[in-house]
Parts: sequence; C-alpha cells; structure tokens
Amino acid sequence: MTLNYALFFILAAIAIASALGMLLSKNAVYSALFLILNFNVVAIFYVLLNAPFIALTQITVYAGAIMVLFLFVIMLLGAEQTGRISSARWVKPAAYSLGIILISEILYIIFAQTGVIPDAASIAAEFGSPVTVGKALFSRYLLPFEATSVLLIASMIGAIVLTKRKS
Amino acid sequence: MTTGSVWEWIIKSVVIVFGLLTGFAYLTLLERKVLAKIQVRIGPNRAGPMGLFQPLADAIKLIFKEEIIPSRADKIIFVLAPIITVIPALIILGVLPFGGIITLFGRQISLSLADLNVGVLYITAIASISIYGIVLAGWSSNNKYAMLGGIRSSAQMISYELALGLSFIGPILLSGSMSLHDIVAAQKPLWFVVYQPVGALIFWIATLAEVNRAPFDMPEAEQELTAGYHTEYSGMKFALFFMAEYIKMIAVSAIAATLFFGGYRFVLEDQYPILGPVWLLGKVIVLLFGMIWVRATLPRIRYDRLMAFGWKFLFPLALANVFFTAIGIVLEKLWLIPLLTIAVFLGAVVMVGISETRRWRSHVF
Amino acid sequence: MNFSDLTTILPLITLVGWAIILILVDLFIPAQRKGIMAMLSAIGIMISLVIAICQFGGQTTAFSGMVVFDGFSVFLQILFLISGLAAIALAYDYIKRQGIERSEYYILLMFSLSGMTLMAMADDLIIIFLALELLSIPLYVLAGFANPRLDSEEAALKYFLLGSFSDAFVVFGTALVFGAARTTTIPGIIAAITVGAANLILLMVGAALILIGLGFKVSIVPFHMWTPDVYQGAPSSVTAFMAVGAKTAGFAALLRVFMAAFNTLAVDLVPVLWALAALTMILGNITAIVQGNIKRLLAYSSIAHTGYISMVLVTINQSRITQHAVGAALFYLVAYAVTSFGAWAVVITLEHSEGKGLNVEDYAGLGRKYPALAAAMTVFMLSFTGVPPTLGFLGKFYIFRAVLEGGYVGLAIIGVLTSLVSAYYYLRVVVVMYMREGEPLVRKEFWLSSTIFMTAIATVIVSIFSTPLFTWASKGIMFIPK
Repeated sequence: MTLNYALFFILAAIAIASALGMLLSKNAVYSALFLILNFNVVAIFYVLLNAPFIALTQITVYAGAIMVLFLFVIMLLGAEQTGRISSARWVKPAAYSLGIILISEILYIIFAQTGVIPDAASIAAEFGSPVTVGKALFSRYLLPFEATSVLLIASMIGAIVLTKRKS
Repeated sequence: MTTGSVWEWIIKSVVIVFGLLTGFAYLTLLERKVLAKIQVRIGPNRAGPMGLFQPLADAIKLIFKEEIIPSRADKIIFVLAPIITVIPALIILGVLPFGGIITLFGRQISLSLADLNVGVLYITAIASISIYGIVLAGWSSNNKYAMLGGIRSSAQMISYELALGLSFIGPILLSGSMSLHDIVAAQKPLWFVVYQPVGALIFWIATLAEVNRAPFDMPEAEQELTAGYHTEYSGMKFALFFMAEYIKMIAVSAIAATLFFGGYRFVLEDQYPILGPVWLLGKVIVLLFGMIWVRATLPRIRYDRLMAFGWKFLFPLALANVFFTAIGIVLEKLWLIPLLTIAVFLGAVVMVGISETRRWRSHVF
Repeated sequence: MNFSDLTTILPLITLVGWAIILILVDLFIPAQRKGIMAMLSAIGIMISLVIAICQFGGQTTAFSGMVVFDGFSVFLQILFLISGLAAIALAYDYIKRQGIERSEYYILLMFSLSGMTLMAMADDLIIIFLALELLSIPLYVLAGFANPRLDSEEAALKYFLLGSFSDAFVVFGTALVFGAARTTTIPGIIAAITVGAANLILLMVGAALILIGLGFKVSIVPFHMWTPDVYQGAPSSVTAFMAVGAKTAGFAALLRVFMAAFNTLAVDLVPVLWALAALTMILGNITAIVQGNIKRLLAYSSIAHTGYISMVLVTINQSRITQHAVGAALFYLVAYAVTSFGAWAVVITLEHSEGKGLNVEDYAGLGRKYPALAAAMTVFMLSFTGVPPTLGFLGKFYIFRAVLEGGYVGLAIIGVLTSLVSAYYYLRVVVVMYMREGEPLVRKEFWLSSTIFMTAIATVIVSIFSTPLFTWASKGIMFIPK
C-alpha cells in the first residue's frame, strides 16, 4: 500500500509538472510533448486503479492519435513559435487571481467534503474491463454510442466540405 | 508479490530484450544474405565464417563513428528522438506469450512476461506512440528532408494504423478475448489464418507500412528525401533508429505469428513446453523471410498512391472483414467467414483493376 | 433495447437515415442540378414531421431512460422540423445565387436538425451533450460554407472556437454533476437530491458550468460575444437556421435541466438567473440601436429575445406556475421562430452578391416599389417589438405573466422598458422602408416569397387564435418518470 501511495505522489508530481510545462513552454512542439507526457502519466493512474483497458484506450486515443495529429499540424504549419500574444494589461493579473480563487474553491470542496468519493470496495472488480465496457456500450449506453457515430459522420463530412478545393 | 517473482520478471525482461537485440543483429545479416542471393550476389562473407561476425563489425564501426549534432538542431529532442523510437520497439512484446509453463529448478515458470487481459490493446497503444520518435527526429534535425520524412511517416503510420487495428478485431472476435494468451489457446484446433485469410493479409500489409519497410519505405526514400528522418543522424544515434526498425520487424512478425499462426503452439509442444519458443522463432523467421522477399521484389510505391491505397482500399476492406467475421460468428457458421471475405477481397481487387485500367487508358495519373 | 425504443425515436431515425442515404444519392446527381437535393431533404424532413405529429400524445421513456417522450419533446420536435423546412426554403435559391451550392449543405443541415430533435428528447446529461455537439458541429461548417470568403471563414472559426469552449463547460459540469449525484439521468439526479444523497456543492458548481455552456449556445450576456460576428459572417440562410434552431435547442436543454433537475438549487441560482436575464435584455436592446447592418441588428435583437425567454428561468422553484412558465417559453420560441424566419427571408431577398444590400439604408424605397414585401417586413418588425396583433406581442405577454405570477415585478419592468427601447431600432427599419426614397434591389423567387408570405400570415393569424397553441405549449410540461 505504501508503495502505491509513493508511486501515486511521484506520478502526480510528474503530471502536474508536465501540465505546467505544457502551459509555460514558448515552443508549441514542447507544449505538445509535455501534454503527451501528461496523458501517459494519467494512463498510469488508470493502471494503478486496476483499469488497464481505460489506461490503454487513453494512450491509444489521446497520446497515440490526437496528439500525433496536433504535432503534425504544428510542424506542417511551422507554428512552433507561438509568439507574444498582445492582450490588455489587466488580463494576466485577473487570470491569475481567478485561477487562485478556483484552486482555493476546489481545495475547500475537497477538504470540507468527505464521502464524495465512493469506497474502493463498492467498485466491482471487473469495472472497466473490456467485457463490462462493451456490455455497457451496447445496452445502457446504446443511444449515446450511436449518436456519437452520427456525430462523427457529420464532422467528417464537415471537414471534407471545408477543406476540399472546388474542382 | 514475492521477491522470487520480482526476480523472475527481471530475468524474463532481460532475456526478451537481449533476445531482441541479438535478433536485430542477425536479422540485418539475414537480410543482406537473402537480398544478395536474390540479386545473385554473394553478400557479406569476410567477417568470420560465412560472415557471421559481420553484425559485430558493424556495431563496432557505428560505436566509433563521430557523433554530429547539427548546430541549428533542437538539441534535447534531437538526442531524445532515437531513444523514444527504440523504447516502444523493445517493450511491445511484453504481453506476448512465448510458450506454456515449464518447470525449471523446481519452479513453475510461465514463458511470458505478463498476461494482460487487454494485450491486443496494449500492442495498438504502443504501436501508436512509436510514431513520435520518427516525427521528432525529423523535426528536431532542422533539415527540410528530415522534416518531410518525419511528416510523411506520421501520415503514413496514422493511415495504416486504422487498417491494422481493424485486422486485430478478427482474432479478438474469434477467441472472445483481448488477451494474447487466450487467442493462442483458441487456436489450438485451427490457426486463425484459416478463418481470417484476408485479415492476415491486411495485417501483414499494414505492418509493412507501420515499420516503414519496402515497398512502403517512403519516409526514407533516398531519391526524394536523401535519407528521410534520419538524414542528420550518425553513429550510435543512427544505429538506434536502425535497431528500432529491425526490432519492430521481429516484433510484428511475432505478433502476426501469435494472432494468426497459432503462436508458440505446434507439434509436440503439449508434451515438451520448452519447444514453444522454438516454434515461435521458426514462425517468426519464416515471416521475416517474407518481409525481406517483398523488399527484394517490389518497387517502392509513390507517396500519394500509398495514401490512396491505405484509405481507399485497405481500410474499407478491413471494415468489410470485420463485418463478415461478425456475421459468421453470429450465424455460428465459421466456414462462411473465409468464403465471404475472400469473395469481397477478390471483388475489390477486380474493381480496383478496372478503375486503374480506365485511368491508365485516359492517362490521368 | 426493444422495438418500442426504436419507435419512440422514429423521427430522429428517419432524419439520420435519410441524411445518410442522401450522401449516397448525391453521387448520382449531376453538379448543375444539386437543387434536387433540397427537394429530397425536404421530403425527408416532411416524413419525419408526419411521424412526429402521428406520435402525438402519451408519455414514455426509451433507451433505459436516456430519452424521454412527452409533450415537451413532441412540441419541440415539430418546431425544429418545421424550422428545418423553412431553412431549406430560404437556402434553395440563396446558395445558388451566392455560388456556394453544394449538396452537403442540405446533408449537414439535416444532421444538425437531428441533433436538435435529439435535444428535444434528451433526458440524460450525456445525451444533452451529444445532441449539443451534433447540432453545433454541422452549424460550424455551415457558417463557413461560403469559404474562401473571409467573413464566412471568420464566422466559422469564431463559432467553432467559442462553441467548443462552451461545450467543454457542459462536459465539466456534467462530470461534476455525475460526481455529486452518481448518475447523469435527470430523474436520477432528482431522486438523488430528494433523498439527500447528492453532494450539493458539487452539484451547484456543475449546474453553474452547465448554465455557462448552454448560455453560450443561446447567447446569454456575457456569453454573447460571438453572436454578432457569426450572424454577420455566416451565409444568411445559415444564420436564420442557427438563430432559430440553436437557440431553441439550447433553451430546450436549459428548461429541461433547470426546471426539472436543478430547481432545488433555486436559492443560489435564481439571483444569478435574474441578473443574467436582465443584463441580456438591456445589453442586447441597447447595443442594437447603433447597428447599421441589418444582420448585426438582427443578431443583437436575437440576444435581446434570449433575455426575454431566459426570464422564465427565474421561476424554476415555483412548481405551481411551472406549467405557465414552460408554456410561455415554448410559445415565445414559436413566435421567435416564425418572425425570425420571415425577417431573415426578407433580408435574403434583398441581399445580393458580395454581401451588398445588407444595410438598413438599402431598404429605402421598399415601401413604394414592393409594398407587399415592405408590409411583411413591417409585420415582422412589429412582432419583434411586441405590438399587437402579432405573435411577438402574445409571446411577451405570456412571459411577463409567468414572471409576474412568480413575483418578480422588477424583472418584468425591465422587460417592458427594454421592449420600449427596442421599438426604436425595429421601427427605424420600417421608417426607412416607407419614408425614404431609394431603389432597392430585390430578388423574386418562389420559395422565398412563399416563406415570407406564410410567416407573415402566421404571425398575424395565429396571434388572433393563439389560445390553442398556448394550451398545447403548456401541456408540453415535462414528464418525469418515477
């Protein structure tokens, strides 16, 4: 158990550091790489929670597919240097103070509230296994599943319409 | 978890990694020898008997070569890229069963590192992140050829990953599990290649593109891109890219053997489990020979046609394969699957043939 | 899933299936005859509409509580489908004239429409999110349909970025609500609140995030920034559909979620909702005064109307007037849809190539040259202002009544005062049409003219015999399965 906790906190530190790195790097490629690192660390969290299926889906979908396209676009456009964004002087302090308020609210909720997180025991052992996920997708969540497929068709047509040159 | 099992893991991992590294070295030799035979040459024959020490000589040469980092390169990523490329290749076989359970020094030892219930997904996940090394190598070199090579390879790998992922679904459906151990077990009566001839073919073609092998070696097409993403690399860093490519060849052959050719199972394996790795090695060598043979035979295809082939032919075919496999399983008539899929495949080939002939006649390329 | 699940969502299935078939049919239609696609998609929508009307009556849930079938959903489905028909009528000639005719226009419109009909039935936050995406993504593309025209591209990009941003709020809100109530279905959330199993702080934050996300979609101030630019840049036929469809769908979700599930949070929510409604009315109406471009004017006017409709949200905790409140909101949405389509049809009639003919000054002389068109525009402007005998008047009447019944006199006064302000800019259009000399350029086309004619007639006639419509709207009260 202590090993698990130690692992968790080390990974959490990496996750937060990589998220910060993503935000603070000047170079868009570095930002993307930090984000990939972050996604992979989150995937390891899922492994620690005994949900390898979700972990590997996370890696395949986010780190493997979406971020590759991100990098691809950044490199193709040559948009590595994000450049200075000119904004009003009050924006930065306002953003920082709002962020601090949000963090303190979240901390308050976490420490003021107990019993939000269900006990580990109440989660079935096969939760998140491919069989369970598959059954849920094709029974209870059938309609969202199908709606998502329609959504994907619509976005695919949209992307083709916007990018294809008129012949 | 006992100390013993931790040691067992470590030893197994070391054995797998060293096996892959040795395999890589001798795969290069095998490739050169086979290519030489096909091209009626002799091939390497000076270092050691029949050139057997050639890989060693190559390794020594590469280690002692000067390492050059271009001055305008992005140094951190330039150094990291070869490492990022090689790691997925080394860890992708972590879920593969190499054999059954053997008894060694009075201890039951399973001849595999891990039995993950989502082993197939692990493979797709690792395959999908193996793109990064190449893309980053291309970008960080600050060289336009390298950059183009990197971008080409990422586009190519994303495109072929779809067909690759879909070809996994056939064995998953037939065995009802995503664990590679279960898939091997389910092939005890009959290899899945019998039920999945088209699926195996799609897997094979898609993996050729995934590992950037001829005829899909666009990212490193010499006449267009000098050497593609590794143009600026030299010495040991270049060796790492080289290593990654050949280890990936071994890995995908082993995966193909596991998914479609019965894995480590073959005659006498039930009585003597130690034969498992041997049979697997045999199957891998046969598949590797096929890869080398393809390289020696087929010319490289043009980049736009490679993408068209991936998206317009292989991907729909893979979808149809999944569809008909599912139909066969629902109807509980497995013999239908090969008939239907082969019919669809032949139909698709005929249609492509007709349309290509038309195109050729009208001189629109 | 069983057969009755499928029949419950039959209008939706028809719509989606028809759209997918049309993608294939499109291959066999020659490029210069894409107008056929407009007819084909209109037929599909009509079939769906007939099914929706036949289904009328009864209450049930389907797909394990993911969607609910009740008066509210049927009412909105019929409204959406008729809006879809009107949108096709507006687009048929317009996109041809603008040189942007492609059959994907109609296919995307049908997909967007299917998202809206799904939203009408949604009884689960996941479905609400998916419906929101399904209706928005085709709209992002449609907004940029006139590319490479720069303003159209700008509209698409702005709408896409801000829209995705707001959808993210909905997702985060949904996640927090799930954390609080351990379910995403609306009946489940209600049950969790009733038995006290829900974590109220998380629920509150979740509700606030969902409000922000949906507020973007219906352009509640201060989440309205995208509206003028997008309305102006998008092709006018798209803007008309967006203005009606997306807004109605957003309100469908807001009413469903806030009236049914989050009404226990009223103590914290009502002041916020009050302020948002007041701000939206004030800012929308006052900014509209200075607009010279008719598309921008209608954009700010649409923000103002959002304000009026969102007034009913302050009554979320008063169950005795819920029926009136929901009825009033639905009635107002109908009034807004009819008037809006009519007004946009007039705008499209006067718009000619390269975005010319879009200033209020271009309407000068319309009263003399084309008296019928000018009369119709006058009816629409009066209806927007809320002058009897028009639908707009009754819409405002029912809304104000519900708000007064709820005891929010201050808000009602703000509503009345801002309506007076709005008279200035709406009537300015009328004044320009009749009092100024000019040579307006008008495009006569059958479908456009008939849309204008029918909406103008409906604006007046329905308002005279409005009671059945209002009764029907208030019967559309939401069904909450136990």
